[in-house]
Order: sequence, then structure tokens, then C-alpha cells
Amino acid sequence: MDLRYSESDEKFRTELRGWLKQAVPAHGDPPPTDDWDGRLAYDTGWQRRLYDAGYAGINWPKAYGGRDATLTEQLVYYEEISRAKAPYIGVNFVGMLHGGPTLIAEGTDPQKAAHIPKILKGEEIWCQGFSEPCAGSDLANLQCRAVRDGDVYRVTGHKIWTSFAQVADFCELLVRTDPDAPKHRGISWLIMPMDLKGIDIRPLPTIMGESEFSEVFLEDVEIPVENLVGPENDGWRVTNVTLSFERGAAFASEMFQLQEFLAEIVKVAKRVTRNGAAVWDDRGVRREVGHLQAELDALWAMVKYLVSETAQTGMPGMRASAIKLYYTETYQKVCELGMRALDRAALARDDIGGLPNQQILYRAMQSISLTIAAGTSQIQRNIIAERILGLPREPR
Amino acid sequence: MDFRITEDQAALMEGIRSFCMGRVSIDRLRELEGKGFDKQLWQEIAEMGVFALRLPESEGGVDLGMVEAVLVFEELGKAIVPGPLVWSHLAAGLVDGAATGETVVGGLDLTLADGAPHVIEHLEDLDILLVLRDEGVDKIDARSVSGKQVETPFDPLTPVSEASELPAGERIGDAGLSARLRLEGAAITSGFMLGIAETTLDLANAYAKQREQFGRVIGSFQALKHILADCYVRQEAARAAAYAAAATYDDPTVGDVARAASAAKIVAGEAAMKNARACIQVHGGMGFTWEVPAHYYWKRTWVYETVFGTVADHADTLAEVTSQAGA
Ligand SMILES: Cc1cc2nc3c(=O)[nH]c(=O)nc-3n(C[C@H](O)[C@H](O)[C@H](O)COP(=O)(O)OP(=O)(O)OC[C@H]3O[C@@H](n4cnc5c(N)ncnc54)[C@H](O)[C@@H]3O)c2cc1C
Repeated sequence: MDLRYSESDEKFRTELRGWLKQAVPAHGDPPPTDDWDGRLAYDTGWQRRLYDAGYAGINWPKAYGGRDATLTEQLVYYEEISRAKAPYIGVNFVGMLHGGPTLIAEGTDPQKAAHIPKILKGEEIWCQGFSEPCAGSDLANLQCRAVRDGDVYRVTGHKIWTSFAQVADFCELLVRTDPDAPKHRGISWLIMPMDLKGIDIRPLPTIMGESEFSEVFLEDVEIPVENLVGPENDGWRVTNVTLSFERGAAFASEMFQLQEFLAEIVKVAKRVTRNGAAVWDDRGVRREVGHLQAELDALWAMVKYLVSETAQTGMPGMRASAIKLYYTETYQKVCELGMRALDRAALARDDIGGLPNQQILYRAMQSISLTIAAGTSQIQRNIIAERILGLPREPR
Repeated sequence: MDFRITEDQAALMEGIRSFCMGRVSIDRLRELEGKGFDKQLWQEIAEMGVFALRLPESEGGVDLGMVEAVLVFEELGKAIVPGPLVWSHLAAGLVDGAATGETVVGGLDLTLADGAPHVIEHLEDLDILLVLRDEGVDKIDARSVSGKQVETPFDPLTPVSEASELPAGERIGDAGLSARLRLEGAAITSGFMLGIAETTLDLANAYAKQREQFGRVIGSFQALKHILADCYVRQEAARAAAYAAAATYDDPTVGDVARAASAAKIVAGEAAMKNARACIQVHGGMGFTWEVPAHYYWKRTWVYETVFGTVADHADTLAEVTSQAGA
């Protein structure tokens, strides 16, 4: 049992840190979150910088332009980009964290050649068209229908909660290709170009007041058959490949950032006064900070344990569900503490009195979605209870 | 970096586990109620190397590190082996005969719980009482302590005595030693509490699969599944934190030793407490009976919670760490 990074890991850290030191300030500050053109340029521009410096696709095979870093180098990567407050992966999220990895695992050679390099360079934005009004936690209940017609699928259906739909070039789309098969068997995974005829995108304002996700209506959209990923009707298996990426490393950098965020909250607590004393003078608040610090440290140790295990077995394993659950709930507690540190200033989303309202409230609202997206907390508990503890399964 | 348990470490745990299964079964614990101590058993525990574990070979020890100590105490915790185990382990090398089990050493941490009456565990069976003060460590002949044994201790396997005063002992170490013992105590205790968190989940999970109500096993009810899933998450958080505290102690270049120990004591402490409570809850009325051992775990957790810093004490410590990090 050894927590020390190897010399080569540390060498990688030094190089990366040196690069980030000039690259992060050079990239400037992010645009406001409702400025989609600005966000697109900012996020893809950062992706391009990573690519040019050889840091894009940190865990992707070299053959596809990735770095093929070891798992521990990946941890170092996440630690360093958080420490340097590097730009968030943003609109590149779906392409980099699930679309791309799914294509690498399941795509044909032409599919890989067409998409992987562009995703890596920030030239192609992806969105995820999985959920539907009647298929959320019960994803396999999806109804979006694809009928084979010569060399196209004619697709009609209704997707919802599609993040980044309005800026995406491609969509990882789940469709039903065999309505007569049991629900897990008749699904297929398609690459849908977002500029096809018959796609109607209607943004949905979130509790943050932004249009982070949309409804996507598909009316007789013609998707070339060559865009099928994996065998027809084998989409559920491919989906699980996608989801394993989503629940894996996707959170590592934000997890590490929480450390800095908690320290930030302490600064706020020292400045805001209440009952004639700083919020920080309240022992209850301090204890809660200490508590959350312990949980964050435990969380990072859990990630290291998972990485060590994965390095050996090649599979992240079920422990990832435990980490997702612990991480998202701790995140929410940190954010709520942040709001309480602001006290009445938390009623303003704009910075007032020199306090970082924007940052705290943005995170506080966003944190609410974390126990819903990528498998709700209840679904994660079902997974742990059934697949780890061996308890009877829920109906499905 | 490889955070996994090595083969040697797994073998060490396996040895302790089979010892505990053979010698410290639940039936044996029932026999030990009210005493919580048996000289013969103590000797056997010493022979397993539990106390001498971290002593150098030149001093008759096993020359292993804090990681191994935490793993061994995790196994002892799974079996809730009674007795002043942590104190005797800490005393090895400081008090003659502690490592071999000939001298039974208990202790009192007055740096935090400083008010009288002092509550001393296992006083009747102790030879030596170590007292940790801010200024240093005192060694007291346990027989010179005028303590009154409490008739009904909370944990039936941890008798306690109350003493309003302590005789002056011999100062055997300075403030530095006192701080070191508290830190080591916190890390090792986390291992024991991790063990409690694991066994209580195992017991609850087994019962949930066997007990039927409404024509089906209670483990099929989602309310119970989610209680058990939360127990699992706490167990894994406790494992990561306790192992990290140990690995950081053994190689301080990888982090802040005191911070890691505090995080471990908090996270493992809460895991033990909440899992032990959940274990009782999942057992229903049976869980409230003396016969089902679930209460043993819950009660022992309190013994370990109140020593080497409570959750609240360590939260205070960590708040200071976070505050400095942001400064
Ligand atoms: C910010 C955000 C971004 C998203 N982005 C995308 C995206 O880009 N693409 C995409 O396809 N989807 C996306 N989603 C959708 C997300 O995957 C779903 O919201 C999620 O899977 C839950 O489905 P649902 O909303 O239909 O809720 P439901 O499944 O209706 O759940 C409602 C409640 O019931 C509980 N519940 C449901 N089933 C069970 C059960 N078996 N046991 C116990 N409790 C249960 C849930 O935990 C929840 O509390 C996003 C969601 C959010 C919040």
C-alpha cells in the first residue's frame, strides 16, 4: 500500500504544471454562461490548446491522437488542471467523455477516422440523446423509433434533457429498431448529424435560468445506416459502455476542485458578519467545514483506491457507483454551506459587497442536478444494493 | 502509487481473522461479558504480534508499519475483540512487557477529556496506566489509582472505573510524544472502527436476505436496500480514509499526517456509528434484544468514539487546516 507517485508521474506533473502556468492565463476568463457563441469559442479553443500541447485525450490510445497516459498520470492530470483552475471541459463534455470513448471501443474504422480527431481538436461538438419523457431512470423504455429504409434509418421521436443540443454537431442517439423484442433488446446506438432535416431543438430553461438542455423533436429524420455503432439491436450493451465512461473519470477534476472551493467558502465565512461576529466564529460552521474536509479527503482517497484497483483489473468496477453517490451528496453539502456562509447575501446571484456570489450560487444550483443526472442517487443505491450486496433486484 | 493491499498484508489480515474466528467468537464474547478481559486470551493476542507489530526486530518486534497496524486493527474491529488493545499497542517499546502482553497497559487522554471524574477502561485488569497530557506522557502504576468500578458499564465488554484524582506518575515523554501517541491512536482506532462498519453491514445484509415479511425477504424492500447501500458507501469511505491515514503516516512525503489521521477518525467513526445503528434497525425487534449481538458493535463504537479525539474534536482540527489552505 503506497500512495507515492512514481518519478515519471512527478515528471509529467512538472511538465504539465509548467504548461498550465502560461496556458491558463493566456486563455482568459470564460464568457457569461448564456452567451453560447462565446462559450463555444472558449471551450473549443481550450480543447485545441490542449490538443496542440499533447494533453488532449489524456486516457485515449495514441493511435487516435490521445496521450495514452497511465491511470496514475490521469490522476495527476486531474489534480493539476483543477489546481491551475483550467477551463472546464464544457461543451466538449459529451464528445470527450462518452461519445469519443464509445466510438473508440465500439465504432468502425471509418467512424473513428471521421470523428475522433475532430473531437480531440475541439472541432466537433457532441450531445447525448438518450433520455425521453417516458425513459429517464428506466432508460431502456425509450420509444424513439428508427425504421430501416434502404440505406437510411427513418427516425421519429422525442428526446429530452439533451445538454448542448443547440451547439452540437453530432448526437449519440438511442433508438428503438425492434419494437417487438423485449425492451432491452430492440435498441440501437446511432450517430446523428445535428444538421439533418426534421430535427427541431427547443431549449428548456433550467433552474439556473439558462438553456443548458433542450427538448429535441425528430420527425422522419434520415440517418445513414453506416452511422450505426455496434450491431443493430445491440444498443443496450453499447449504452452500458457509454455509461461506464460517464460514471468513471468524468468527475475527477471537479472532485478535486471542491477542495479549493471549500477553502474559498472559509474566506467568505471570515468576511460575512452575523450577530456581531464573523460567520467563521460560529463553532457549528467551523465543525461543518472540518467535517466536509474529512469527507473530501476520504473521497479523493477513494478515487485513488479505485484507480489502483482499476490499474490491476482493467475495470472500474462497482465502486464507481459508491464514489458517484458520495461525491454528489458531499458536493451539495459544501454548496449549501457556501450559501449559509453568504447569509443574506446569498439572495443575490451577482457579486455584492466584494463577495463571490456568482461562483457560489452557480455551483449551488448546479450541484442540485448532480444527484439526478448520470443515474440518480436512488438508482446508484439500487445498483450498489443489487450488484455489490447481492440483494433482490427491482422490477425492470 | 498502488493503494491496494499487498499479498503479505492480506496474509497478515487473514492470520488475524482466523485467530479471531477461532478464539474470539460471539459465544466467547458472551462469556466475557462484565469482564471484557482474559489473561490467557491477552497472551494469545500478544503472541499474534498485535502489540509488538511496529517495534523493530532488535527490540523483539515484527518491524511492520502503520499500514499493517491499521489492517490488523481492522480485523480486530470486525470481531470487536475487547480489551485495552490500542493502548497496549501504543505502549510497546515505551513500557516494559507491553509488547509481550506480560504488562497490561491502558490509558487516558487528558488533552481533550480533561474533566473529573476520569473514566478509565479496564482499570481492574491494568498494570500500567498511560496518561496523555498536553505537556507530556505519564506512566502510572494502575494499582495506585483509587478508582471505583462502575457497576453497569455501557459496553458489557468494556468495564470502566471512575476516579476523581490520579496519582502523580513518572513522566516518560514530552509534549511531542504525547502528540504522536494521540495521532497514532487516532489512526489505529480508525482501523478498528472500519472493521465495525464492515461487520455491521455484513450482519445486516445477511439478515435482510433471510428474514421474510409480507411474503418476501425484507432485503427486497427498497427502503432497506437503500439503508444498506448507504452503509456500503460509508464503509468504503472509511476504508479509503483509514488506509490513507496509515499510508501517509508511513510515508509523510505523500501528505499531511495529522490531517489524514483526523479525516480517518471522523469518517471511520461515523461509518461505525451509523452502520451499527443501521444494523440494529434492519434487525427490527430482534436488533433490540440482548441476544442479537448488534448492540455490542454499537456500544463498542462509543468506547472508540470517545478516545483519541471525538468526531467533533477532529472536525475542529480540520477546520483549521482548511482555513490555512485558503489563507
Ligand atoms: C442537468 C442535467 C443534464 C442532463 N443531460 C442529459 C443529456 O445530455 N442527455 C440525456 O439523454 N439525458 C440527460 N439528462 C437526463 C438524466 O439522465 C435523467 O434526468 C435521469 O436519468 C433521471 O430521469 P428522469 O428525469 O426521467 O427522472 P425519473 O426517472 O422520472 O425519476 C424521478 C424520481 O424517481 C426516482 N426513481 C426512478 N426510478 C426509481 C427506482 N427504480 N428506484 C427508486 N427511485 C426511482 C428517481 O431517483 C427520481 O428521484 C440530464 C439531466 C440533468 C438534470
